[in-house]
Amino acid sequence: MNKVLMQGNNVIAEAAIRAGCRFYAGYPITPQNELCEYMAEHIRKVEGGVFIQSESEIAAINMVAGASAAGVRAMTSSSSPGISLKQEGISSMAACELPGVIVNIMRGGPGLGNIRPSQGDYFQATRGGGHGDYRVIVLAPATCQELADLTMDAFDLADNYRTPAMILADGMMGQMMEPVVFKEPKRRQYPERYMLKGAGEGKSRFIKGLILDQSDMEEHNWKLDRKYQVIMKNETRFEVYRAEDAELMIVAYGTAARIAKGAVKRLGDSNLKVGLFRPITLWPYPSSELREFSRKIKNFIVFEMSTGQMLEDVRLALQGFADIDFYGRPGGVVPTPAELANVIIHRYKKSSKKKELC
Amino acid sequence: MKKVFGRPHSLKTSVFHYCPGCGHSIAHRITCEVIDELNIRGITIGVPPAGCAVLAYFYFDVDMIEAPHGRGPAMATGIKRVLPDRVVFSYQGDGDLTAIGIAESFHAANRGENITVIFINNAVYGMTGGQLAPTTMLGQKTTTSPLGRNASLDGYPVKLSELLVPLPGTTYIERCAVNSPANILKAKKAIKKAFQCQMEGNGFSLVEILSPCPTNWKMSAVDSCKWIDEVMTKVFPLGVIKDTPAAGKKTGKTEKEENAG
Ligand code: SF4
Repeated sequence: MNKVLMQGNNVIAEAAIRAGCRFYAGYPITPQNELCEYMAEHIRKVEGGVFIQSESEIAAINMVAGASAAGVRAMTSSSSPGISLKQEGISSMAACELPGVIVNIMRGGPGLGNIRPSQGDYFQATRGGGHGDYRVIVLAPATCQELADLTMDAFDLADNYRTPAMILADGMMGQMMEPVVFKEPKRRQYPERYMLKGAGEGKSRFIKGLILDQSDMEEHNWKLDRKYQVIMKNETRFEVYRAEDAELMIVAYGTAARIAKGAVKRLGDSNLKVGLFRPITLWPYPSSELREFSRKIKNFIVFEMSTGQMLEDVRLALQGFADIDFYGRPGGVVPTPAELANVIIHRYKKSSKKKELC
Repeated sequence: MKKVFGRPHSLKTSVFHYCPGCGHSIAHRITCEVIDELNIRGITIGVPPAGCAVLAYFYFDVDMIEAPHGRGPAMATGIKRVLPDRVVFSYQGDGDLTAIGIAESFHAANRGENITVIFINNAVYGMTGGQLAPTTMLGQKTTTSPLGRNASLDGYPVKLSELLVPLPGTTYIERCAVNSPANILKAKKAIKKAFQCQMEGNGFSLVEILSPCPTNWKMSAVDSCKWIDEVMTKVFPLGVIKDTPAAGKKTGKTEKEENAG
């Protein structure tokens, strides 16, 4: 298949269409506008493709819920403040077990913040985001190739588990251009019985999240939880880089992981032994895989473009078996690999000094 | 013997949970009668609201999906765009449609979505215990306007049906009431016409139904019916508000065909 040079936002849209997405609703917000614009131009060219520029983020996610219930692959995209508005609908889709893909091209926050790349929405994404007891599958690409691959996978995961899935990237990923090869998408396997198409001659059905009886509601929560347990068991993904003889490990995802990889590469020629652990699924979090490394590595640095959110998951994963340091650049600041390399050198020395003292 | 009256086929046999004298049960029944008469039970998809009618799927024997509060028209838009040959309606109360969901209703109407909205106006939030709604009458006492709705503090009753008239995407809008046999028959005719409008691809249709809520109005069922005539209809006059099927007429083309020009 041909390699094409494309911008991240466009890659997501193209991958979605190739994966069989036939319904897109969205609302303009920087830095994800190109995704919406690409959809406007291309999704209607395919049979059955529907594009709606909605009046709000809230309307968009509810349109997606309706389209999903009606039986097609559906997607919406936005950036941080817009994703906050969508939470009502995402919670509702999780409750009603409706598949759908939501893309968050994060920007600086809180509030209106700015339009620079940031990773401040980690908590929101990985803890469900809206009200109630639910989770959303969260995939964190770090290259344009991954934007393509993970977008396709997000549709499969959403269908398989009948739950919303999110692509969590940032303005940097959305705006940059890289060569991409679109893989052949899998055939959709989503049973007709979950679709709402009119009862025909048969029994009518309804889809709902309102369960007034508390014991039924409790059972629904446990039912969702059993599904989440299966997802946690089967769907964690991560990448490790130069972990073999590492004495210090950086943990970072998305754009931060790219920067970290650059820093680790730079340090390759020095005598510092630094590796990288990059979670690809942020929920489910690859906790036990990360914990495995704490058997031989006792120093970790979490690097995020936030004040420290994934940091909590790393702490939960490592359970005190290793020292955890944190370096963060929130608010839309994107540090260079050189800056991070300096931080690593500094902390590396500090930790070896500590070792000597012991 | 010829059967002259019976339960509509598309109305389930479950007992309504609505209060005695509530207009919802009547609105449900006449909608189901229309679904039967048009023979569209198998191709109809309904979107119930948050509010007293949240359990509508226990009564309507058609496919249904609940929408979060106020989002019915957005949800219905998603369904209808994917399944343009189905009959899609949302069923909403005044809080749902004219307060929290006004953006969704206004823009679905403006896009001329080929859906039907059944709009129950009972001048209060029913399910939550009778709070002030956008449609509450001036002077009307509710739990959140204990001294009566005061225009300078609470604003004025919202006439959503009239607000939608200038939008070229809307095709048929009528305000009815279910407070007397004659009005009920008119309301049924209006619902039928709205569904037919949709089936002909004419665009957005809405039937507003002034509906008694004796519980929160703190009146008897009979007095509630009278109050609709004597008070509500003065602000919300009954009748056809817009009937111009041609304006919002859909081309019947798919988005792909429309896109190709
Ligand atoms: S509270 Fe009012 S609207 Fe709700 S069921 Fe009772 S009478 Fe009907």
